[in-house]
Amino acid sequence: MRPVIDGVLGDPANQDYLLQARQMQAMSFAVHIPLVCFGIAFPAMVVFMEGLWLRTGDPLYRALAKRWSKAMLILFAVGVVTGTILSFEMGLLWPEFMARFGDVFGLAFGIEGFSFFMEAIFIAIYVYGWDRLSPRTHIMVGAPVIAAGFTGSFMVISVNGWMNQPAGFSIVDGKVADVEPLAALFNKNLWHELAHMYLAGFVVAAFLVASVYAFAWLRGRRDRRHLVGLVVALSFAALVAPAQVLVGDWAARTVADRQPVKLAAMEGLEKTTRGAPFELFAGIEVPRALSLLAFHDPNATVRGLDTVPERDRPPSTIVKISFRAMVAIGTGLAALGAWFAWVWWRRRRLPRSAWFHRALVAAGPLSLVALIAGWVTTEVGRQPWVVYEVMRTEAAVTGASGIPAGFTALSLVYAALAAIAYVMLRRLARSEFEVEA
Amino acid sequence: MLPELAAALMLVGLTAYVVLGGADFGAGFWDLTAGGAERGAPVRAMIKRAMAPVWEANHVWLIFVLVVMWTAFPKAFGSLSSTLAIPLFLAALGIVLRGGAFALKGEAATIAEARALGATFALSSVTVPFFLGASAGAVAAGEVPVGNAAGDEWGSWTGALPLFVGVLAVVLGAHLAAVFLGADSQRAGRPELVRAFRARALGSGLVAGALAIGGLAIVSSEAPRLYDGLTSGAGLACVVASAAAGVATLLLEWRARFELARYTAAVAVAMVIAGWAFAQEPYMLPPGLTLDEAAAPDSALAALLIAATAGMALLVPALVWLFRLAVSGRLAYEEEPRP
Repeated sequence: MRPVIDGVLGDPANQDYLLQARQMQAMSFAVHIPLVCFGIAFPAMVVFMEGLWLRTGDPLYRALAKRWSKAMLILFAVGVVTGTILSFEMGLLWPEFMARFGDVFGLAFGIEGFSFFMEAIFIAIYVYGWDRLSPRTHIMVGAPVIAAGFTGSFMVISVNGWMNQPAGFSIVDGKVADVEPLAALFNKNLWHELAHMYLAGFVVAAFLVASVYAFAWLRGRRDRRHLVGLVVALSFAALVAPAQVLVGDWAARTVADRQPVKLAAMEGLEKTTRGAPFELFAGIEVPRALSLLAFHDPNATVRGLDTVPERDRPPSTIVKISFRAMVAIGTGLAALGAWFAWVWWRRRRLPRSAWFHRALVAAGPLSLVALIAGWVTTEVGRQPWVVYEVMRTEAAVTGASGIPAGFTALSLVYAALAAIAYVMLRRLARSEFEVEA
Repeated sequence: MLPELAAALMLVGLTAYVVLGGADFGAGFWDLTAGGAERGAPVRAMIKRAMAPVWEANHVWLIFVLVVMWTAFPKAFGSLSSTLAIPLFLAALGIVLRGGAFALKGEAATIAEARALGATFALSSVTVPFFLGASAGAVAAGEVPVGNAAGDEWGSWTGALPLFVGVLAVVLGAHLAAVFLGADSQRAGRPELVRAFRARALGSGLVAGALAIGGLAIVSSEAPRLYDGLTSGAGLACVVASAAAGVATLLLEWRARFELARYTAAVAVAMVIAGWAFAQEPYMLPPGLTLDEAAAPDSALAALLIAATAGMALLVPALVWLFRLAVSGRLAYEEEPRP
């Protein structure tokens, strides 16, 4: 095991507002990550819709794809600026972390920068090029947008994987040495985190879009346009939501293996237990289920929080609640996707029940809750470390004053931005729908 | 060798950001000063048409600079972003307001909404280059020591030199924007807008020139070492080249050669940045931290440089295509300025 290391710029900052700094980071992240989901998944959904048009020649598909692409551009633009805030906060809030390790994990961000460029360039050509490019060229322009969404999340997740499972360096005499950027980039946590987040992008985007159309359906707007919008979104949802359950199992078992203290926090397991039970709700336990879930062995020993000193334990309650929220919602979404897939497969139509549509309306916002809860699980569960078991968050924080002022200002700006973006998107959804023959 | 290459990569990104991103902020300046809703409408429509397809890509250069800096010069990045937390945070807030307002104002339904979003867009287009410029000026003035918020949180960027660089950044952006928009207007066949932007280009060019000369006086009293660097060797060559390109831009604008003026204006601004880099050499954060001391280990630099080379091979053709489409007006659906 590596020794624990402090910052490189000076003595630890003794920051009075460490918790606020973490909350500010968390808020910035919670605002940005839903937009990332649309960056990952929306281009594929729009291009799929455009592909339906090219195959069938039905102008309705083109009109829908065009309309979706407008929303995609607005969401991308808001994602660009909220992502910029995150880049700035790396230095504004955690300068010691960046000064110490920026060179170790920076390569991934360097490649991510180029992904971001490609995404910005081709999304602009795609959205502004509808009427000026040939149909074939136009749909091809969508490909780099989809690819950049993947490479971008690959690289950012690589850094998060690295923070949870640091690799590609050693510590010699209190200094970082033997920097191997590729080993850091391809750290062990990359793969399951990437799969989990990439699928989450599709789950969130697909269910949110479906949720909008299900709401319209309940309001009586049941024309072909709304039907197509709903079915395309649901098709994506039905594909990814059940798969996400399997990936989630993989992720949880990896945490059990590599970050046992995080797992203990997720389960609120105070003491190391052999054949540990799984607590469904407060007070209701399934015997040996935790051992079975985490290690696929009912008699496996699960490490408790008591295996590390108190100052090395993450706050358990919030991690435990978040984890349960994510699992419960994720399971529900998978069931909803399966319901649609079954009815569609057997009958070639949507479920007729209003409850199906009501559930869909709820599924959009709930998928966001699951997304944020999942990130709370992994990131609060990483505490008190910024680099797992190597550098403490308190050693990474800035010595600058004014965190509360900055937090307040950013909260106000984000509240205004969210309100305006919501109004504008709703207006876009209600604007006149033109199908060009 | 590797640290110099990484620094060059960062400067390429910085130059691209100041020229391309700076022009977008400058366009916001002209949006702000275009006059009442009725009178300013054609100018604002032209700005929107020119900016809409490219501003996001132009903005990514800033992210690029940040990423190269924290990967290649992590100590400098940590020191700078903690001491200069206030201007950098204000710039970041402005970036959110500018981008958010610009993206959303297309959906505005009433004049009041359009005005509020337009004003937010235009005002933040002025504050962002100012605070970023002031941050760069603080580095040039030697106000950023190595350490976690070791410099003066307010004093570091409120001296004469940082404030001057902040103002210069606003003016240079405005000048670039006027030159670019003039050429765009000519291509769009809008002679009245050509005249409007030509006048703005000439005016802002003269102001920028006067500021640059006055700025040298500030540099000589506030940062004598930097002044020596700017008045000798490679630094001097850049200053002369910048001045020549600036004069050439004015002459080209005068003679209505707008396409060529795009390039001379860009060179004039690029040479200011190059001159600063040469004048400050070998320091990353003067007076304490040299480029070599700030640099990451060779393994990290090499990986970054290889990735950047491969990335540029993809990026440059893509950017060229985007700009060609944009400049030729082929990315302008439903954004035609009203005649």
